Amino acid sequence: MGIARRIFSRTVVSATTRKVVQVPKQSRQRPYSTHPPTARLNIPTDFSTTPLLAHSSQSALQNIELDAEVRNGTTKRMNLFQSINDALSLALAADESVILFGEDVAFGGVFRCSMGLAENYGSERVFNTPLSEQGIVGFGIGAAAEGMKAVAEIQFADYVYPAFDQLVNEAAKFRYRDGKEGRHVGGLTVRMPCGGVGHGALYHSQSPESLFSHVPGLRVIMPRSPIQAKGLLLSAIASNDPCIFMEPKALYRAAVEQVPTGSYTLPLSKAEVLKEGTDLTIVSYGHPLYTCSAAIEKAEKDLGISIELIDLRTVYPWDKECVLSSVRKTGRCMVVHESMINAGIGAEVAASIQEDKDTFLRLEAPVMRVAGWSVHMALMFERFNIPDVARVYDTIKRTVEY
Amino acid sequence: MRAPLQRLARNPHHLRARYPFLRPLFLQRWNSSLSQKPGAAGVRFPGAVDSKFTSALQFEHPSTYPAIPTYRAMSPEGDIIDPSFTPASDELALRMYENMLSVSIMDVIMFDAQRQGRLSFYMTGQGEEGTCVGSASALEMEDVVFCQYREAGVFKQRGYTFDDFMSQLFANKRDHGKGRNMPVHYGSKALNIHTISSPLATQIPQASGAAYALKMQRLTNPNIPPRIVACYFGEGAASEGDFHAALNIAATRSCPVVFICRNNGYAISTPTLEQYRGDGIASRGTGYGIDTIRVDGNDIWAVREATKRARELALKDAGRPVLIEAMSYRISHHSTSDDSFAYRARVEVEDWKRRDNPITRLRKYLEKKGVWDEEKENEARGRIRKEILKAFAQAEQEKKPPIRSMFEDVYEEMTPETRAQMKNLKDVIDRYPEEYDVSEFEGGKDSLSQ
Repeated sequence: MGIARRIFSRTVVSATTRKVVQVPKQSRQRPYSTHPPTARLNIPTDFSTTPLLAHSSQSALQNIELDAEVRNGTTKRMNLFQSINDALSLALAADESVILFGEDVAFGGVFRCSMGLAENYGSERVFNTPLSEQGIVGFGIGAAAEGMKAVAEIQFADYVYPAFDQLVNEAAKFRYRDGKEGRHVGGLTVRMPCGGVGHGALYHSQSPESLFSHVPGLRVIMPRSPIQAKGLLLSAIASNDPCIFMEPKALYRAAVEQVPTGSYTLPLSKAEVLKEGTDLTIVSYGHPLYTCSAAIEKAEKDLGISIELIDLRTVYPWDKECVLSSVRKTGRCMVVHESMINAGIGAEVAASIQEDKDTFLRLEAPVMRVAGWSVHMALMFERFNIPDVARVYDTIKRTVEY
Repeated sequence: MRAPLQRLARNPHHLRARYPFLRPLFLQRWNSSLSQKPGAAGVRFPGAVDSKFTSALQFEHPSTYPAIPTYRAMSPEGDIIDPSFTPASDELALRMYENMLSVSIMDVIMFDAQRQGRLSFYMTGQGEEGTCVGSASALEMEDVVFCQYREAGVFKQRGYTFDDFMSQLFANKRDHGKGRNMPVHYGSKALNIHTISSPLATQIPQASGAAYALKMQRLTNPNIPPRIVACYFGEGAASEGDFHAALNIAATRSCPVVFICRNNGYAISTPTLEQYRGDGIASRGTGYGIDTIRVDGNDIWAVREATKRARELALKDAGRPVLIEAMSYRISHHSTSDDSFAYRARVEVEDWKRRDNPITRLRKYLEKKGVWDEEKENEARGRIRKEILKAFAQAEQEKKPPIRSMFEDVYEEMTPETRAQMKNLKDVIDRYPEEYDVSEFEGGKDSLSQ
């Protein structure tokens, strides 16, 4: 496991510097999984124009969830890893009890999220651990139990399973079993890169969020953008509940927007309506929101309909009321996520919709799920597995024509 | 743009120019130059800097190393045999003796109570009272403790009362765990002992993290007294991956933690021969770069003294972990769900009970000092028994915690989902009152109202 990880991380670092170096002609790297140039729907996301990112200072500061001071402040262009780095830096500066640790975080992390932090805040607060995920999370639980704000990093979400016992049996149940004694490990935040990246195959592509959504006691969060990543990560660190913070690694460098420079938080367990609509509700979170946005643009033009797009942001405990009230309005719903369809977040959302009397009566079509197939992520076949614009578009079409 | 790896390795400057963010990493590597000096006798591989070259091909065999000795301060006859060791005051010795006696009497009563069906489960600690009481007596109250489950003696020594034990065992409304945990899963914030959880060994890396927290807190605020973490576990639990993770991370991060392994010969039915093939647990400590000692767990003075010294060591310099392996014998069954005579001879158990036992050994010491005798023994046994039975009777009669407790404390605040489910349960009980007896719970079904 360790060897594979290191080889991969080197690839990521070099692959991601492509833009900076600008020698594409010599590049021998070829994405394993792409769509043909003739595609009408499956066009690579243009992150410089997507409406999901704040391309100007004004649009970034318009966010009414930010407090007045931050809205009157400045912004800075950041990609997702830079905004996470910014959030971590602000958290370390604001509170001496914040510590940051994991495999290779001291030199900046294999995705550069902790760059410069060990230098600025000292090797006692930002440090490498031995290569042991159960150790990292167990250590974090212990530190949090004694009042620290422990921010642990699991190098890839694919490698969180050795720590599953510590997360499920220990972190999630700590407050509950301590009862009147009132001790808890709310100071614990476990960050992990997740999701497909084009060539991650079986062990560098997974999104295990639904495994954690079956565990009361944990908050499971996945941001879609740099602004969100910063605000939600600061909320997760401040939260008195243990949080799993999943970072879509494909967005680390791709998603760039103007991010408020001040310290701000965004609410946990609260969804965000990204775009209002009247005919169909699409529920998603993380990276696939960009796919949804592109599909919505095409479908609205082609079919003359209006679609509402909801970003769950926290997948558990999730904002059921926001989704239900939207579906009561539109009468149709589909859920889009990257991880497997079976027992995924979509299953929970769909079941909750049909279980709610008022919403059930308003349904005009079955609730549909567009998600990864119930298979493993095979290197050569990623583009056939992760929901793409064509699949989302097709499901929109079939749902409204039902 | 992607230079072959060999070229990058030959010309790291080129790499640095292209990947400016890698600079700190490369600087760090170059500064800690471990290059081979010509003619050097020692190897300077980064992974083992003190290793010498040898031209003899020879495997290190465990049997070529002597077994780590077991430290004793007091003989089985109660005589002090380490001349450099001075036992603590008689007052403390008597208190420790009474605490050992208390948990052993409580064990007998509660084991029988479980057999009568008056509580669901129990685990005794017979034979290991010395390890628990002795080590706990060497800790400061500010020290943080993590337990496995067979450490009632630690709780007793730190001040857990019979009422506390009984409330937890009967999961009544005075149980600090709000009736959520199985019996013997004690916990106390006031006594700085984290609540016990069933999954084995999970507490060991947590102890490392907690110790790191204590170290950091003292670094930022020198007014905080120096504190350590003590972490208890059995030799079976030491086979879990969490044991490995914990000792390794505690060593690399210099955590002030004392790991106390109770090696009692059995993990349920599994004898140590099927648990490991090395020299017990102690021999692993040095492999992790940890100061280690093996002590006679039936010798309360040896355990106390080793723990005292371990605490001092753990606080030295920037802090460091220490491992104590306390050897003993699990006289009792594993739990009330276990009949240990299915896998070991009754005579073996009887032999250990009679031949060597932490309680009788300290009793011999006290009698030789003239501060204990048969009369005092009988008085103490009668008094303790009475106190336990009184607490037992009270705890058994107490109401159970409110049903609402079931829904609380999952998160800091109850989620809308949980509120809805609590209301759901209330509605079911309202509709089917004959199906649920809510009378024994504090507040009945009303506690489920919002």
